[in-house]
Amino acid sequence: MNVYPFISEILQIAIVLGIAPAFIGWVRMLKCWSQGRTSAGLLQPYRDISKLFAKDVVLAENASWIFRFTPYLVFGTTVLAGGIIPMLSIDLPLSATADVIVLVALFAIARFFTALAGMDIGTAFGGMGSSREMTIASLAEPAMLMAIFTISLAARSTSLSQIVQVIYSGQSVLRPSLAFAFLAFVLISLAETGRIPVDNPATHLELTMIHEAMILEYSGRHLALIEWAGMMKLFLFMSLGAVLFFPWGIDATGSAVGVVLAFVFLLLKLAVSGVILVLIETGLAKMRLFRLTEFLGSAFLMATLGMLAYYILD
Amino acid sequence: MLKEAIIAAFGGHVRFDGSQRPASVSACVVPRDRFGEAAKVMKKAYALLAAEWASDETSLGRGYGVFACYRWGSEYLIVKTEVPSGDPWFPSLCRSFVPAFRFERQIMSLMGIAAAGNPDVRPWIKFEDWPAEAWPLRKSFDAAQRMPRVTGEYIWTRAEGEGVYEIPVGPVHAGIIEPGHFRFQAVGEDVINLEERLGYVHKGIEKKFESLVWQDGAKLAGRVSGDTTVAHSLAYCMAMESMTGCQVPERAHWLRALFLERERIANHLGDIGAICNDAAFAFMLYQLSRLKEMLLRTNLRLFGHRFMMDRVVPGGVTVDIEPAGKREILAEMDMLAADFEKLVTIYDENPSLEDRVRDTGILKPARARELCAVGIVARASGLNLDCRIFNPFPPYDRHEWMELDVPVLISGDVHARAWVRIQEVRESIRIVRKMIEEMPDTGTHVPAGQPAPDSSGFSAVEGWRGEIIYWLQSGPAGEINRCMVRDPSSINWLGLELAVLGNIVPDFPLCNKSFNQSYSGHDL
Repeated sequence: MNVYPFISEILQIAIVLGIAPAFIGWVRMLKCWSQGRTSAGLLQPYRDISKLFAKDVVLAENASWIFRFTPYLVFGTTVLAGGIIPMLSIDLPLSATADVIVLVALFAIARFFTALAGMDIGTAFGGMGSSREMTIASLAEPAMLMAIFTISLAARSTSLSQIVQVIYSGQSVLRPSLAFAFLAFVLISLAETGRIPVDNPATHLELTMIHEAMILEYSGRHLALIEWAGMMKLFLFMSLGAVLFFPWGIDATGSAVGVVLAFVFLLLKLAVSGVILVLIETGLAKMRLFRLTEFLGSAFLMATLGMLAYYILD
Repeated sequence: MLKEAIIAAFGGHVRFDGSQRPASVSACVVPRDRFGEAAKVMKKAYALLAAEWASDETSLGRGYGVFACYRWGSEYLIVKTEVPSGDPWFPSLCRSFVPAFRFERQIMSLMGIAAAGNPDVRPWIKFEDWPAEAWPLRKSFDAAQRMPRVTGEYIWTRAEGEGVYEIPVGPVHAGIIEPGHFRFQAVGEDVINLEERLGYVHKGIEKKFESLVWQDGAKLAGRVSGDTTVAHSLAYCMAMESMTGCQVPERAHWLRALFLERERIANHLGDIGAICNDAAFAFMLYQLSRLKEMLLRTNLRLFGHRFMMDRVVPGGVTVDIEPAGKREILAEMDMLAADFEKLVTIYDENPSLEDRVRDTGILKPARARELCAVGIVARASGLNLDCRIFNPFPPYDRHEWMELDVPVLISGDVHARAWVRIQEVRESIRIVRKMIEEMPDTGTHVPAGQPAPDSSGFSAVEGWRGEIIYWLQSGPAGEINRCMVRDPSSINWLGLELAVLGNIVPDFPLCNKSFNQSYSGHDL
């Protein structure tokens, strides 16, 4: 039995935990530059997280166990999700135990509990955020599954390792079905990770918030965990997109050199995806809340078209 | 027009008061029971209610005076009624003019004169934890005393039914803004009612004026609303100068106009950016903030203060401009105009931004008229009001030379309010250049003099938010007996309540930012 897979598994989780804040830092840095501002640097998110960990937790009197439990659950499920996406090596042990549907479900659990926690305290903003988040979820999750099914059709498997293997070894040319699935995936990622034009992660306006409204009452280490999980979620969606649609450079052999090379490629791909994300975010205003149905509806449509294209064209 | 209308309707029952200055503003006294009738006459004459207030005239040997100021075009008419101090009530005007209802709540709360017929008797500005019998604006009230706290309740408008829920927002907000409470009744995301509760920054400014000497009043006026410091101190000075008959030198007038326009440009730049930022289009905010900062720094260099606070004083201004300063302003305006146009193109051509600002927060022209809205809010809703045109001081009175173009839009949405600002920035840049180039060479300051006892002065100045009205009254020894401040916010806050109806909750910040009314100027 090869030991490399386990090392790369551990390595990968460490990367997700360790580099996600830097990725957010990179995105914020680019954003500052695009607006003509000086940035706080790549390391600011680490400072933010460590600051939050050092602070006390302020808990509402009527907070139940759900409110206290949610940060740990959200953090845990996100780390677990980080363990099943093959980023560096196709041969990822955890990937065999959980397929892409589980991945969607992991994010759904985290979201479900965040929404419950939002309502738990009983403030108007928490409930408002939860209701908006669930509206988005009900539209984004089917679209996400549809996009994923399109890809799994091409790979004839729902296992992420399998999918990446097939796409990596098979065609370097994009198939039409994958192109549609990719477009759908981009739209869904923006919605799932709460970026402009769906949600504005930088706003202070309570009434416009979606994700932030749910976690408005969190403080201290709870907030640190949720923020960190949020950073990881963005990181994971970006790497998932990179690995599913552009798997070049991923390690298929299980060698140490391959893993290191894969890491370098991953960083490059993430750097580029950060640039694209910032271009989208700088060029667009946040859309009116009820436009979201059209936005996510078109994501679903893209994914469905991808599936049709698979049967017709591929 | 208004004067003729009231003479025609009241004949011998109306008495004109010659002590009101400036002479272009008429003031008359009508019997108390016919105060409401006068409002109806004014309404028929197409007048808008500009302000309503009360004054304690017991030190002048009378009771209380209740005043209503009407405006039609460039004519102002102040209608007063005398209220004996033993029987303090007056007929409410809110059946004729909607904004009267808040003015009257304010009069009831602070002066203790009841408005008979006003359906809303809840306190306004004064909070319910003050004793109901404390009337801070009365002369008998000692401003230095500590008030005992009492328990009181404020009864909110409530909506009931399935799926209706209430969202209380504020008074402390997440951004660095002033405090104010907003209570939404919403079904799903649709707002079915918004109720404002203001007064959290009530500082007793009107009462404070009464303990100051005339010269210091200008300083206090400059602090009524920090972002409008020039326009407020200017309005105070003009009202006072009208009472003393002080002839301000021509150059001082021009410098005041220059300050006023620079204040307008700076605030509009900030507002346009903030509107875009509330639609998560932060690029505009940072770029426009940069331009605003450039202006403020030039102010500091040339005039010694970023906001030009205390630069306008009774009798003129305290700073002059040198030829080098003129060149600097001209160069700055060139740079500003070029950068601003680029940003306007971005604003105008971004479809995602356009989708947010168009058809959001509509204040229909008919509603704006009903509310007697002023300033940018009025001009975005089809009302052509601008004191720089209708009630000008030099150099604005040289219409043919200045050719000031006042933008008036009729759509009344967020975009209209943003676009009025954009057009005004363009116009202000143009007239700043014009004024700099042809500024007359005279002195900048003359002694202002002292107002005569028992007289009153009035002024209306177009600040960047809109028309600011000051009404000053001197007491028996020629001291300040009453200083009434009417910031545009006192009226326009009502417009926000109406503009939000039918919109969705997450669009409220955008609507609010497009109004951007002052809490401090309203709460006083």
